Amino acid sequence: MFDKLDQIFVTALHWLVSYVPEACRPLASSLICIAFVLSVFPAVFSVTTIFERKGIGRIQNRYGPNRVGIPFTKIRLAGFGQFIPDGVKMLTKEDIVPRAADKVVHFLAPVVMLIPVLLAYAVLPFGKNMTITDYDAGLLFFFAVGGAVELSVFMAGWSSRNKYSLLGAMRAIAQMVSYEIPLILSAVTVVMVVGSLNLNDIIAHQNQYTFGIAHWHVFTPWGLVGFILFFIASLAESNRTPFDLPEAESEIIAGYFTEYSGFKFALFFLGEYLGMFAIIGLGITLFLGGWTSPVSFLTWIPSYVWFFTKLMAIVFVFIWIRATLPRLRMDQLMNFAWKFMLPLALINILVAGIWHYMAADWPRWLVCSAIIFGAYAILGRSLMQNQNFGKRIYRYAE
Amino acid sequence: MSPFFIITGFVTLLGAAFAMSLRNLVHCALAMAVAFSGIAALYLQLDAQFVGFAEILVYVGAIAILIVFAILLTRSGEAPEKSVLTSGWMAGIAVSALVFTMLGWAVLNSSAIPKETPPAPVATVKNVGDALMTKFVLPLEIIGLVLTAAMIGAVIIALKEDSQKSKSEVGGYQ
Repeated sequence: MFDKLDQIFVTALHWLVSYVPEACRPLASSLICIAFVLSVFPAVFSVTTIFERKGIGRIQNRYGPNRVGIPFTKIRLAGFGQFIPDGVKMLTKEDIVPRAADKVVHFLAPVVMLIPVLLAYAVLPFGKNMTITDYDAGLLFFFAVGGAVELSVFMAGWSSRNKYSLLGAMRAIAQMVSYEIPLILSAVTVVMVVGSLNLNDIIAHQNQYTFGIAHWHVFTPWGLVGFILFFIASLAESNRTPFDLPEAESEIIAGYFTEYSGFKFALFFLGEYLGMFAIIGLGITLFLGGWTSPVSFLTWIPSYVWFFTKLMAIVFVFIWIRATLPRLRMDQLMNFAWKFMLPLALINILVAGIWHYMAADWPRWLVCSAIIFGAYAILGRSLMQNQNFGKRIYRYAE
Repeated sequence: MSPFFIITGFVTLLGAAFAMSLRNLVHCALAMAVAFSGIAALYLQLDAQFVGFAEILVYVGAIAILIVFAILLTRSGEAPEKSVLTSGWMAGIAVSALVFTMLGWAVLNSSAIPKETPPAPVATVKNVGDALMTKFVLPLEIIGLVLTAAMIGAVIIALKEDSQKSKSEVGGYQ
């Protein structure tokens, strides 16, 4: 019975497709899958915006949205209806294009942003047998389409003819290019150990249990380091605090989408959040076992429930970090990526190789953990050496 | 020829044509990114997944960004007043048509290319990786060495030369 519940969406897809004539079946199947992605993830996005506003409100000791409920009744739904008027407001606002803007590029930028982000969902396994296209090189596909986002950011920043936009775009591209390297290098460790770029193979490798505990990659020394590096880099890739310099409101207004309003602004907003969900989904697949359960006695819970639970849990951590940490400076951002994350990611690749070739026994835990701890301590100390931490001196204030 | 091939080929050629003929250099760079994606789509259509994805990752994700940065850092980004075509464009077309016919004739009559299409080799990503790590490991290592040397060179160029010179440069900006 639980198996049927687990496969309910797959069965539904087969049942729906069986009503279409034989020749159109591949097309119908892919159209249904596209409709699934286009309906589910924007829905997750709208709920996340409410969670984010309410969560940050609670952390900052205020209420957050708590008014909008069902119209003409007294039901308030604790403010969870807020995303509907927000969405209506966004879509009905006037679309203002600056007179000096490059009209065509200005129009195309949000579209170019959203398409690669949506394409990335094609390879993510949402559940058992729930991958839309099972590419042999799914991981490579994910990173390849992610590369096109940088171009859209540049298009938006350059075409607006606004110094804040251009500065924001330059910051965003510099940040994305820098953090893409530790992101990919931390994912390489998983590819080395599993021996495949296919995301379903990566999950199958983690879907085994010893003493009732899953073989998730995050439970190994290299996996833990890889996951933390991947997590930090994905924060930076999705322009979230503390890496939100590209759209720092207090410095450059909104960065590359300063000159966007109405529907186009909504598309950027949507694209940013969908990109965040996609990269979290990839992190879950690589290190947190994808749709598998952490302990063997909970395997009866449907696979897609596990996937979305993990997704929302990490989104919650993202929101928590946003409410807690201040923004980094540009030099701190670059130093952190190139002097700390990149060397640690390279050492982690070495550790993954050692892990792969040593016998599965306790010595490899000891050796791998020792290398990682040593590298972490040395890198951290050498980075801290030239910093003068003391009382802050204000040059112009006071 | 499948309709998919015709569409992607058309988009690729259109992108390439715009990359040559548009006035604004940034537009040219963006049109070139379109041409690169079209080529990647053609590779994917031939079941060459690794080459296709690497084309997008390297050319659209990195080279196009590099070109755009180079344009922004060296020029003002304003479109030139004059026409992009030189006055001798008729002669240029004639010469290129002549060269194309010559090359086409040579390729079609060459004995080096077998007339029948050989069976498509199985080139999965795993095969490509195996070949890179066994048969072609030396070229791979040499490329790695060259790239490292280039990177060290770039860092040395970007370093401040000495304190006196850098001071005068900073003074110039103030």
